[in-house]
Amino acid sequence: MPSITFIDSEGTPRTVEAVNGSTVMEAALQNAIPEVEAECGGACSCATCHVYVDEAWTEKVGGPSPMEEDMLDFAFEVRPESRLSCQIKVSDALNGLVVRTPARQG
Amino acid sequence: MTEIIKTDAVIVGAGPCGLFAVFELGLLDIKAHVIDILDKVGGQCAELYPEKPIYDIPGLPVVTGQGLTDQLMEQIKPFDAEFHLSEMVESLERLPDGSFRLGTNADKIFECKVVIIAAGGGSFQPKKPPISNVDVYEGQSVFYAVRKMDAFKDKTVLIAGGGDSALDWTLNLAPVAKRVTLLHRRDDFRAAPDSVNKMRALVAEGKIDLVIGQVTELKGPDGKLEAAAVKLNNGSADEIACDALLPFFGLTMKLGPLAEWGLNLNENLIPVDTEKFETSEPGIYAIGDINTYPGKLKLILSGFHEAALMSQAAARRINPDRRIVFQYTTSSTNLQKKLGVA
Ligand SMILES: Cc1cc2nc3c(=O)[nH]c(=O)nc-3n(C[C@H](O)[C@H](O)[C@H](O)COP(=O)(O)OP(=O)(O)OC[C@H]3O[C@@H](n4cnc5c(N)ncnc54)[C@H](O)[C@@H]3O)c2cc1C
Ligand code: FES
Repeated sequence: MPSITFIDSEGTPRTVEAVNGSTVMEAALQNAIPEVEAECGGACSCATCHVYVDEAWTEKVGGPSPMEEDMLDFAFEVRPESRLSCQIKVSDALNGLVVRTPARQG
Repeated sequence: MTEIIKTDAVIVGAGPCGLFAVFELGLLDIKAHVIDILDKVGGQCAELYPEKPIYDIPGLPVVTGQGLTDQLMEQIKPFDAEFHLSEMVESLERLPDGSFRLGTNADKIFECKVVIIAAGGGSFQPKKPPISNVDVYEGQSVFYAVRKMDAFKDKTVLIAGGGDSALDWTLNLAPVAKRVTLLHRRDDFRAAPDSVNKMRALVAEGKIDLVIGQVTELKGPDGKLEAAAVKLNNGSADEIACDALLPFFGLTMKLGPLAEWGLNLNENLIPVDTEKFETSEPGIYAIGDINTYPGKLKLILSGFHEAALMSQAAARRINPDRRIVFQYTTSSTNLQKKLGVA
């Protein structure tokens, strides 16, 4: 199972196991990762699962779809490496992925 | 002047469970008023996932969030519930005679015999930008909604966001305000193409300004905004002079005023019994996502069941002397008359 590390806004890392085919958001919720709210449950309609993808991973993870880009308008402090974690599918290729969570989701 | 509305039941929240409660109460001759802070009915279904399919509504193999909302509205039509949208229920108190009084932010007062809280995950409220000192400016220079356009007559207004609300208010305030600047994080807008074209035309004519970037800090003493520090997309910092900021970053669910109504709460949920779905306060019921009890599932179908049982209890409270006869809609002429089909 691929592992994902969430680093919170204070710098504390938490590494969790994620299931292939699930989403990074689901891995966060299942492991009670703070700073990921996911109010809409992964429907790409709330932008409260916002994360910053670590620079080393941005290429592998790829950029947001147009629908996700629209939803990112509802997030705060959006950066080029911003993604909605419910839209990142977990796979072996992402084993070791590092994402940072913002202090507030809104 | 404050309007006083007297009725049998007030339902707080027009999500699917609040809507179905109108039906179940209606069959028992209980007239309801429904209040929601959203400008539309349907709660999460209409606000968060109108286009997405739901697969677990009994008898409807697939229906979208909006589809379910529309069908519910059709189903409850015979009961003529009155809707009060874009209104927040702010207060709830018990009167000496055991009835209830609710107050909304639109200065309406409701007096009723029973209250049904169908508040879901809480009230939908505007997202606040995570600017450290934004609280200081709220209500004075930072506004999440425009109530009176005139209030911005001589103001230099900064509008942040890229959706329909941001674009609509940019267009509406452009002729009213002293100057309008639209700030968005990218030069691409989710709003209706027609509004975007109109906005671009105003920019081309030099009537408004468009800045691509994000607010980082607010400046000005004692809640009086003077400028907003912004980070432009090329990484450089800038400052935009303004005396009002209107951030439009969508909505989020917050428990809101109901935390202050003196009800027992358990982790932001209202504990109820599973016979009447009554809260710690007799006569106040809670159904749908907002309640909790052993085995609770936050599903629409559970909320529907809760609405049916709650209505029986509410009817007994409203008319203690009347015997409720159990009837089917299929075969009861009495129920069919109420539904307008007999
Ligand atoms: C993406 C997504 C998918 C889902 N899929 C399913 C599914 O497949 N099947 C299923 O059964 N469920 C599903 N759900 C859950 C379902 O939507 C909820 O269970 C349902 O909406 C709860 O209905 P409700 O009427 O209790 O509350 P809500 O739909 O949350 O409505 C509550 C309303 O009350 C209003 N309100 C609250 N407080 C106040 C106040 N003080 N003043 C005024 N108004 C107030 C709010 O603004 C809101 O509109 C899904 C949810 C999401 C987000
Ligand atoms: S969980 Fe709502 S957008 Fe990702």
